[in-house]
Amino acid sequence: MKLFPVRGGIHPEYRKDLTSEKAIVVLPMSAALYIPLQQHIGAPAEVLVTAGDQVKKGQMIARNQGTVSASHHAPTSGRIREITEVAAPHPSGLPQTTIILEPDGKDEWGELPEPIADPFAADPRAINDRVAQSGIVGMGGAAFPSAIKLNLGGQKKLEILLLNGAECEPYLTCDDRVMREHADEVVDGARIMAHALGTPRIVIGIEQNKPQAIELMTRAASVFSNVEVVAVPVQYPMGSERHLVQAITGIETPARKLTADLGIVVHNVSTARAVHHAVRFGRPLVARVVTVSGGAIRDPKNILAPIGARIADLVEFCGGFAARPENVVNGGPMMGQPLPSLDAPVVKGTSGILALTAEEINDRPDSACIRCGNCITICPCGLSPVEMSAFIRKDNLEMAAKLGVTDCFSCGSCSWVCPSHIPLVHYFNYAKGALRDQENDRRKNERIKTLAEVRTIRIEKAAEAKRAALAARKPAAGTAPAAGASEAKATTEEKVNP
Amino acid sequence: MTGILIAIGSLTLIGLTLGTVLGAAARKFAVKEDPLEEELKAMMPGSQCGQCGFAGCAQYSAALAKGEAPITLCAPGGKALVEALSQKLGVAADLSGLDDKGPEHAYIKEELCIGCTRCIRECSTDAILGANKLMHTIIVDACHGCTKCVKVCPTDAIIMVPYPVTVVNWHWPKPEAGNAQARPEPAPAH
Repeated sequence: MKLFPVRGGIHPEYRKDLTSEKAIVVLPMSAALYIPLQQHIGAPAEVLVTAGDQVKKGQMIARNQGTVSASHHAPTSGRIREITEVAAPHPSGLPQTTIILEPDGKDEWGELPEPIADPFAADPRAINDRVAQSGIVGMGGAAFPSAIKLNLGGQKKLEILLLNGAECEPYLTCDDRVMREHADEVVDGARIMAHALGTPRIVIGIEQNKPQAIELMTRAASVFSNVEVVAVPVQYPMGSERHLVQAITGIETPARKLTADLGIVVHNVSTARAVHHAVRFGRPLVARVVTVSGGAIRDPKNILAPIGARIADLVEFCGGFAARPENVVNGGPMMGQPLPSLDAPVVKGTSGILALTAEEINDRPDSACIRCGNCITICPCGLSPVEMSAFIRKDNLEMAAKLGVTDCFSCGSCSWVCPSHIPLVHYFNYAKGALRDQENDRRKNERIKTLAEVRTIRIEKAAEAKRAALAARKPAAGTAPAAGASEAKATTEEKVNP
Repeated sequence: MTGILIAIGSLTLIGLTLGTVLGAAARKFAVKEDPLEEELKAMMPGSQCGQCGFAGCAQYSAALAKGEAPITLCAPGGKALVEALSQKLGVAADLSGLDDKGPEHAYIKEELCIGCTRCIRECSTDAILGANKLMHTIIVDACHGCTKCVKVCPTDAIIMVPYPVTVVNWHWPKPEAGNAQARPEPAPAH
């Protein structure tokens, strides 16, 4: 298959060999699991259990509410200890409502929904419902509820289901291991998703630095004529859905549009495997593969961890720290976010936990911009990081927005390449957040104006009605002095409120 | 000689004609209202709370457009509005005297509320829910923090509280200036 060039990008040291040959191992059950209500983009789920409840593995403990949301299930059998505020696996370290589950050690499955015997004969809606019911979210990191993406099939004419196996972030090997160890399940999940979406073609994109995964996936896909495995060049950020689509189809997704507008839907390989489990066995998403790596980890591993396992437990399972970690990162080293506490749990979007040493981070104070233009050359979105950051530093967010800062997806290539160590992507993260706040304020202001206007109109109308009633009564009062009870009441009101 | 006369004559003619046209247009298409007033009104919170001392947002905007009122009077607009107005009107604003705690909303201490409905009548955005002799509560999404209800409450049951920072609305702070910016002689701005 012909591949198309993608603009910009970088070639960092991948360091995937730390864990790429380590088979997935199961984490021994922890003493407690911490399941946050918000592990996904959208509204938090609604709690269905109370402290003291006994739950079985796979039982729904929090239900999705609103259009964009995801349900959560008990990752093992046990007792609900309490529902409380616990630090989130989020750079802010702010607390969020979390269900704490004490495993009973039996790991018994509860009653699961019936497997869909022949998914390819089933109604696409039945598959979407099952995916929604199973709490599946995008497992590449963004954690967008998958059922909503599968529903696109009913709204748009779709051509290709693109399965994202690029895994372009350095260190991470969880998708690589899933493809190597469960190729058949991934391909089956992809075929079920393609049926739900109504796409005739499935393309699986894998970076060339994963030859075993490419070979095994090609073998698994060779049985099906509509499934194709494509080796894409090793280039960060190939795993961004827009860039993967561009490499494979040559079409660039316009700003503020979705790849679905081009007829292409992108899902992660681990998401496809979760769909396979949900449809074929009725099992909800209760565990995921997490790469625990980095120079400070004694024995890096790919771990199958239940959702809600504390990150400290995963680190301990890997032999703890061999060196002092300068920074613990949730996700990959490029786009991952620092973790303020090891007490935070693994959630559905956790692809990796990296404990990085000072040498790996190479953190240095920034110096003046030398205007080398490297950041412009490598920006995969075609933006001008040097100009945008200069405006943001001077608090001119309006100009930064005009230059397209909201189209930046924070891949971090500019910060990586900058010889002056200017924290470019930090400026953009700040600007995007501040612009979002401004937009929310503007919307609220509009709403307030409408409310005030509506109230003024209502008060005027009431006053008008009163005046009309008074005018109607006056001539009537002249001819017939005995007024009705209701009119008398109205008169007293008028006196009170002239 | 005739050449010069023709030139002077034709230029005079053109000047007179265009001058007449422009003069007529200036009368015919004259804008009676200051367009600035409308723009300023659009920037106001629009809740007509009257805390600026004018009857409503429109009157305050009119005074601002004429340059008769200081730009720091709007309480619900806060620091953000003062900044926007100072940029719009080219007026330097002294922000140091402005005590800005960030956006706030009203909150009713339920144990102190006696259900007098005074705050409900005061609220210009219908953000308070309640009935006579029944506890009231604030609809936070509709409250814009004008503090009018705080002033009328007979039991001091209403307080202003800042919006909470949550995982959803949190965002990264602006990166601190590094070495380049901390030097006594800063690098030329790019």
